[in-house]
Amino acid sequence: MITYALVFALACFALGLLLNLYRLAVGPSTADRVLALDTMVINGIALLILYGIITETAVYFEASLLFAMVGFISTVAYCRFILRGDIIE
Amino acid sequence: MDLLIEILISLLVVVGGVFGLVGSYGLAKLPDLMTRLHGPTKATTLGVGAVLIASMAFFLWREATLSSHELLITLFLFLTAPITANFIAKSFLHRQVDPRRDLPPTGTDYGWASFDAPPETADDEPNSLSGPRGREG
Repeated sequence: MITYALVFALACFALGLLLNLYRLAVGPSTADRVLALDTMVINGIALLILYGIITETAVYFEASLLFAMVGFISTVAYCRFILRGDIIE
Repeated sequence: MDLLIEILISLLVVVGGVFGLVGSYGLAKLPDLMTRLHGPTKATTLGVGAVLIASMAFFLWREATLSSHELLITLFLFLTAPITANFIAKSFLHRQVDPRRDLPPTGTDYGWASFDAPPETADDEPNSLSGPRGREG
């Protein structure tokens, strides 16, 4: 039963990634693209965690933690860049 | 008992998947950025949270070890999602919105906080004893 639920959730998050990719390509503003990238990172974390449940290893937790941190920092840096034209003033 | 735990984990995983899909669909469908922010910041964060709780329950059931990594990731995502949304909304406001034309008047002498400097009051003076805390006494 867990296997079917995992496959369903994997399909949901993969479809979500495709929808984010659509928003990333269409735009229209730069903030939209940053938001789409941020959502892609969150969906990627969910995919990693689900894959970790499928293979029953705890290896992917560190990877997803790193993913979360890098995604947050890159989003903030990009927003600072849009706002100020510079990241570290 | 095992069946009950399996049902619980499956339910959490399915709920997480549905919420994640709803958030991403909202990001693709809603008309402008201020409404689009709602999808990822609320629905997708909730979906990932449900998946992380399912993962925690799964490893607690299979290996009888409570791993703190999921809690760390959940905490980090729940803390950073509002900050990210605030940053994106602010950059959108400063790039796309004209404060004179698009925003309603504030009803005071001063404009919106993101565009105008805050009004100076007596409480803002450095070394002043008449701050909000000193006034009560």
